Amino acid sequence: MLTYLIKRFFEMIPTLLGITLISFFIIHLAPGKPTDVFSELNPKITPEARERLEKYYGLDKPVIVQYGLWLKRIVRFDFGESFSTDRRPVMQKIWDKKQPITERKLFITFMLNLLEMVIIFLIAIPIGISSATHQNSLYDRITTVSVFIGFAIPSFWLALLLMMLFGVYLDWLPVSGLKSMNYDSLPLAGKLLDRVRHLILPVFVASFGGLAGLSRYMRSSMLDVIRQDYVTVARAKGLPENKVIYRHAFRNALLPLITLLGLSVPGLIGGSVIFENIFGIPGMGQLFYNGVMARDYPLIMGILTIGAILTLLGNLLADIGYMLADPRIRAR
Amino acid sequence: MKKAVCIFLILIALSGCKDKAPQTSQTDLKNNADEPSYGDALIEGTIGEPSILIPMLASDSASHNVSGLIFNGLVKYDTDLSVIGDLAESWNISKDGLVITFHLRKGVKWADGVEFTAEDVMFGYKTIIDEKTPTAYKEDFLQVKKAEVPDKYTFRVTYEKPFAPALTTWGSLIILPKHLLEGVDITKTDFARNPIGLGPYKLSKWIPDQELILESYKDYFEGRPYIDRYIYKRIPDPATMFLVLRTGEIDMMGLTPLQYTKQTENDYFRKNFNKYRYPAFQYTHMAFNLKHPFFKDKRVRQAIAYAIDKSELVDVVLFGLGSPATGPYVPNTWPYNPNVKKYEYSIEKARQLLKEAGWEDTDKDGLLDKDGRPFIFTVFTNTGNKLRENTATIIQWRLAKIGIKMEIRKLEWSTFINQFIDKKRFEAVILGWSISLDPDQYDIWHSSKTREKELNFISYSNPEVDELLEKGRRTFDINERKKAYFRIQEILAEEVPYIFLYVPDATLIVSARVRGIKPSPIGVSYNLPKWYVPKKLQRHNIEPEP
Amino acid sequence: MGNYSLRNLIWKRFSKNRLAVAGGIIVTLLFFVAVFAPMLSPYNPDDIDRKHILVSPDIHHPLGTDDLGRDVLSRMIWGSRISLAVGFVAVGIATVIGIFFGALAGYYGGWAERIIMRFIDIMLTIPTFFLILAVIAFIEPSIWNIMIVIGLTSWMGVARLVRAEFLSIKEREYVLAAKALGASDFRIIFRHIMINSMAPVLVSAVLGIAGAVLVESALSFLGIGVQPPIPSWGNILTLGKDNIEIAWWLSVFPGLAILITVLGYNLLGEGIRDSIDPRLWDTERH
Repeated sequence: MLTYLIKRFFEMIPTLLGITLISFFIIHLAPGKPTDVFSELNPKITPEARERLEKYYGLDKPVIVQYGLWLKRIVRFDFGESFSTDRRPVMQKIWDKKQPITERKLFITFMLNLLEMVIIFLIAIPIGISSATHQNSLYDRITTVSVFIGFAIPSFWLALLLMMLFGVYLDWLPVSGLKSMNYDSLPLAGKLLDRVRHLILPVFVASFGGLAGLSRYMRSSMLDVIRQDYVTVARAKGLPENKVIYRHAFRNALLPLITLLGLSVPGLIGGSVIFENIFGIPGMGQLFYNGVMARDYPLIMGILTIGAILTLLGNLLADIGYMLADPRIRAR
Repeated sequence: MKKAVCIFLILIALSGCKDKAPQTSQTDLKNNADEPSYGDALIEGTIGEPSILIPMLASDSASHNVSGLIFNGLVKYDTDLSVIGDLAESWNISKDGLVITFHLRKGVKWADGVEFTAEDVMFGYKTIIDEKTPTAYKEDFLQVKKAEVPDKYTFRVTYEKPFAPALTTWGSLIILPKHLLEGVDITKTDFARNPIGLGPYKLSKWIPDQELILESYKDYFEGRPYIDRYIYKRIPDPATMFLVLRTGEIDMMGLTPLQYTKQTENDYFRKNFNKYRYPAFQYTHMAFNLKHPFFKDKRVRQAIAYAIDKSELVDVVLFGLGSPATGPYVPNTWPYNPNVKKYEYSIEKARQLLKEAGWEDTDKDGLLDKDGRPFIFTVFTNTGNKLRENTATIIQWRLAKIGIKMEIRKLEWSTFINQFIDKKRFEAVILGWSISLDPDQYDIWHSSKTREKELNFISYSNPEVDELLEKGRRTFDINERKKAYFRIQEILAEEVPYIFLYVPDATLIVSARVRGIKPSPIGVSYNLPKWYVPKKLQRHNIEPEP
Repeated sequence: MGNYSLRNLIWKRFSKNRLAVAGGIIVTLLFFVAVFAPMLSPYNPDDIDRKHILVSPDIHHPLGTDDLGRDVLSRMIWGSRISLAVGFVAVGIATVIGIFFGALAGYYGGWAERIIMRFIDIMLTIPTFFLILAVIAFIEPSIWNIMIVIGLTSWMGVARLVRAEFLSIKEREYVLAAKALGASDFRIIFRHIMINSMAPVLVSAVLGIAGAVLVESALSFLGIGVQPPIPSWGNILTLGKDNIEIAWWLSVFPGLAILITVLGYNLLGEGIRDSIDPRLWDTERH
């Protein structure tokens, strides 16, 4: 098992390299030299200062060397300084060491995505299982239709509709931010409830698409498994039906789901841009969106790279989870 | 399991009901006869995030709004637009207008206890003219020939030539604590995010991109501000900000025209908030690159002016909250000339002028053409400004009706300024200027100000205007100045280097519990330290530490 | 004996699938609306009306008006052109690139395959939406740029599909026979393998159009896609969000249109996939 892990780890390296290559390429898409864009922000920059910048970014050297320099800096998570007028280092904007951990943007986005994955997992599985066991019943048909709609519905539209319904018309739920203004003065239970209320809409809407997909997959995976011989054997042995389902069928149907969950990570991370924007959540997605709108190139590249790294980690975790769940691999 | 979910949902629904702002009775909330009392916090919603709190280094309004509460200047504006003393008790201007001697207040202390003296003014002056200081406001101070500190409380400046705007340049941009910043690289200092000032408020806490908390400076020289804390809460979009205003999480915000007219005309808002509306000191315009072959001809510019219906712009973009502009000044202020040539909407006049200039639809394709070239041009404007975007859209539609195809391109601000405006790589733009309280606009209209990064980016040149601009800034006689500026407006209206579109109204909404707000031609924030909330209506008091 | 040609069998199977037919009808209707937009649209989508700003749906404006008084129904009809154009072109680009890489990887194997598959993995690791946003930030948002960027970031699925098809088909007898007869690689790839692998590619393309429409509307919604005043369902939704309290129609209708479009293409794609399910047939064109 350890060897498998190590192997997987090493396989990540070329992928990481590839990511840095791609991001390097993107930077050079902007018309003009990259430093044109870097230096133009400050109207008072002198020609000497501009030259210094060009030397710093190695623009006077061949492309290979430039890439090497870029790589060296990325490894240290040095993405340069943000272009916005506060000029703080990009990494600090994502992961500010001066802030408590729970307020750092990367953390917020990470936790939200984690929460979404948990919700997807918890809800999609029972739906998938019950659809499979009650195949072609009314319940199954309804969930099938819902899933189709779930695939087709634009998530940001769903967000808007629910915001209108629960936030504006019914006024049941807050529609923005992670906590209320008076959060600090609330008792612990109040604080908890406040957090939950602020999270309900964003997490639900963000999980919706993944829910549809995963429950569908669970269903078909379950259906495949139920037809297998060993299930028939279990039934023949006289085991009660729910033991058959849960002990035997379910566990095996679960395996591909872990992989699928891992595959949904980039989608979730990418989706944070939309949801944090709509719901005013101060996470990395919102930072990215603001950076894009302001053409804050260092910030954009920094978050792009971090996002890719997070995805890699997510895949790795999914693989580990798969490994733990599948005894065939564990034995190796 | 299902039961638990139901109970959970009901709990959530119930807890929602507690969030609305407390509804105090109408009489209580709006009774203005209370005694001023200390306490409470005022929470303002803001879209922009301040970047630097050193006034001379910042160019964005968010930074200036905050630093304006932290720093004061030698002088400031009174409600009738006259100049009154701030940190300077009084001043003398020599007969020839070349020397200004400021007599500073005594006993004013920086927030760290050190006394404010003329040395701080001198230090600020030296810093702003230093070529290493990246500031956009150097120009006015370069006019100074000599600056002296005869004694601790006197600051004297001598100008090369009489400079009328001189007095007002000595505002809050220029005062910096010498004892804290001498010898420090001003572009790298922590002071920019952690300043020590001497204004009514000082920075207490700043959570980037979320909120900025100012607390009152108890030893402020004009007297301790009544409101203990001033909090800027960053909410990146107006719709969300409005929701948050309604639940009472913020007390004050600038409303969009729609919010002002459609969403705040109900009982709840009338009871709990006060709205303020006054012309803002800014105008929106469409500017032409006067070196472009299309726009070199005055008739073309005038034709486009005729083809635009300014009242439509005010009605649709501003929802009526503003007025059409005819020049670069705010209506009803002393420099404003109401009798200049106006361009009432007229398609016929537009077509006529264009025909005279050689533009006709000879190939019947719906577009005007001349010498085989169709009349197509691109207008640039900046992203993130819905009003400008809508303005451009309406103009595009109107111009299409006379056979001109205008394309709209939106650019991010710094790219816009640095790559296109400064390099003069544009055909036309839709932009705005903030109107300074002093009418001198030399930097925008003088023919010498056309170098890269200077403000006459359209390459406008008119010798009479040049002369009048000089005259206007070289005399302290207000009537002479008025004559000059009136004539300038006449010329600008005739030549149309810009089409002056509209002056929007500032539309502010403040929680009704705040007293002491007195609307004036210069707005409402001028007397912020005197605003207060009566004791029994105060909402955001921090509990004293045990 | 009926007509048992491949085409007829597929068609019969397809037409029995009610959902698939529904999808087909939706797609055709949308096409019709887009093509005949100038005739169907009650108003000029750009006409500004200062007297009817943000009017809720009524007789004159069945879907209401927007913040400049423009008729929403007209803007949505014209917006369908944009959505469909972006969908088709983006998917076209993605399909061409995907076929290219997939065929290369599947046919030649070895190093080429390894590099291409690795490249696909890398592309799939970067969150696609982030990537698209980043690239568009560096170049400006315009309809063409969006089409190209979406195309450049969604070819991976097609490539994998095509590679899988190539892998399975290239060992078949008729291919080996053609090789033995001395046919050039090019001829083998195009004449023999490609034709038989097009079916899943078609399915992928149809489903891909649905995806592209979703991505374009998301980008336009965020303000980094189709720029107003060009109408796109996504950027009308932006107005919906900005005016969420006073103009529900700006939020409801464009989203509904997107939903129906995506649903239509999904149903059609799934329907085609079911109809050509290889588990039911074993006939191939030689």
